[in-house]
Amino acid sequence: MDVIHVENLVKKFGTITAVDDIQLDVQSGQIFGFLGPNGAGKSTTIKILATLLKPTSGKAAVAGFDVVAKPNEVRQSIGLVFQDQSLDDRLTAQENLWFHAMLYDLPSSLFAERVEDVLRLVDLIERRHSLVRTFSGGMKRRLEIARGLLHHPKVLFLDEPTLGLDPQTRNAIWKHVKALREEKGTTVFMTTHYMEEAEHCDKIAVIDHGKIQAIDSPAMLKRMIGGDTIIVSGDDALAGDLKRAYNVDVQKVGNEVHFQMDSGAEFVPKLIAGFAGRVKSIQVKQPSLEDVFLKLTGHSIRAQEGTSQDQMRQMAQLWRRR
Amino acid sequence: MMRIAARTIYTIWFREAKTFSREKFRVVSMIAQPLLYLAVVAKGISSAVTLNGDAGINYLTFMYPGIIGMSILFTSIFSAVSIIWDREFGFLKEVLVAPVPRWAVALGKTFGGATISIIQATILILIAPIIGIQLSLAIVVEMWIMALLIGVALTALGIAIAARMSSMQAFQMVMNFLVMPLYFLSGAMFPITSAPPVLKALMTLNPLTYCVDGLRNIIFSNTLMTAGPFVGRSVVEAAMSFGLIRWSLVFDMTVVTFVAVVLTAAGAYRFNNQQE
Repeated sequence: MDVIHVENLVKKFGTITAVDDIQLDVQSGQIFGFLGPNGAGKSTTIKILATLLKPTSGKAAVAGFDVVAKPNEVRQSIGLVFQDQSLDDRLTAQENLWFHAMLYDLPSSLFAERVEDVLRLVDLIERRHSLVRTFSGGMKRRLEIARGLLHHPKVLFLDEPTLGLDPQTRNAIWKHVKALREEKGTTVFMTTHYMEEAEHCDKIAVIDHGKIQAIDSPAMLKRMIGGDTIIVSGDDALAGDLKRAYNVDVQKVGNEVHFQMDSGAEFVPKLIAGFAGRVKSIQVKQPSLEDVFLKLTGHSIRAQEGTSQDQMRQMAQLWRRR
Repeated sequence: MMRIAARTIYTIWFREAKTFSREKFRVVSMIAQPLLYLAVVAKGISSAVTLNGDAGINYLTFMYPGIIGMSILFTSIFSAVSIIWDREFGFLKEVLVAPVPRWAVALGKTFGGATISIIQATILILIAPIIGIQLSLAIVVEMWIMALLIGVALTALGIAIAARMSSMQAFQMVMNFLVMPLYFLSGAMFPITSAPPVLKALMTLNPLTYCVDGLRNIIFSNTLMTAGPFVGRSVVEAAMSFGLIRWSLVFDMTVVTFVAVVLTAAGAYRFNNQQE
């Protein structure tokens, strides 16, 4: 069953088209990743699916409910972890969770049980009675994730969930998200611009400039690149001999020879047998999602990220507005 | 549906009360500001001004209920525009994406503002004996009802405005073009009966005018005149005959109740139909 169904979805802000005619379907229990640079339309799509924004045209349904016609039913079925902070920093960690539990109609006995679980998961159990104001950025982020998991939603939306988290916490959260999927069949819809994170997804939609460039599993997407890259070093005549022996396009990079080969790991024994004594080293490089993104969009995902200077400027603006 | 709405109202109200209790500066300034008005502004003006002929009511006494009205006004509007803060710092999203009716959120916020108004009015009524006004339990209870009604009305008005605003600059605008005129034209500082016709018309349209008039009816009800032509008789009677109180308490209460209901509906409606 498709738990998320999107058809010809368009969102315009004035003359800017943030989401440009996208279609996608997410099956129940899937971890679905939205991969693209900042400003590609990922967050806008999530906001439409979460009923925070109305689409300009097109249709979107979550858990079988239309996001425009039945917003309340949609909201009851989803959990959301926002990209920006959305905690009340004058309340304690536990009070923030209590507030959430009340709004999502969680019985108090269930709340008492789960609040421990989620706080332990994100390693904030010791700080449960501290004001959120005293938390670091990473701690706030972890608390928000704990909050999103509290009511066991059917669909969990994670907008850049692990931004600014250390690898340990990131792994713990992934473990929990996967466990949640196994136990409760929770569907996870997440946006990210971290390639490593996208690898965890069952399916990825690559999005750029509001348009979906491709939707497939990470393995299938990588297959588009056309096999693994074999890197060999050895004597000077190796390049020419390899070309003749295997009928491949070779590329000399320094004293290494690069060429493409499907299922590279199985090719290695053949290469050793054929060129015994002449090959000094062999490397097999599998294609990465980074390569996929480059091939689909013509530019690297990192190139469009804001520089640290931009981020500083944004921070300064926020500060001034206080 | 009603159960969810009631729970939402309670949750939002509880958060308002809780966060308020933690904002020490807000609590301090909430008490200090009206005292400053009373001790400096009212005292200063009272030494130079005689009100509407000589009823024997000094300006300080006249202005005291107006200062309570002013405090409720500032507190209520401040509670309401905290929506803008919540929007700016992201918390509003958590509320807007929750499976609860948004009008219930607006109601919770409205009652939160009214609660804080009642607390403030209670603190301010305690200084009444210092300026020669006799208190009674009835006065305190009536004042609570008035503070609740006008607190609800003004918080709801603030919510109706803040529901579509997204920046701090907007808040400054609200303060300058809404709160200050509402205060100056409420009869808190000068009596409506002796105001020029244009001001009189504007004051008649201002809901805060009825609140201040009602508060005078309530607060003076247990005090007798010690000087002037009405000596030995009720201050309310003297104030009435000199135009320092314009309407009866029943009339004031009726108007304020009506305004509270209309504005609450407007605030809930506007908040319910916002995007993001």
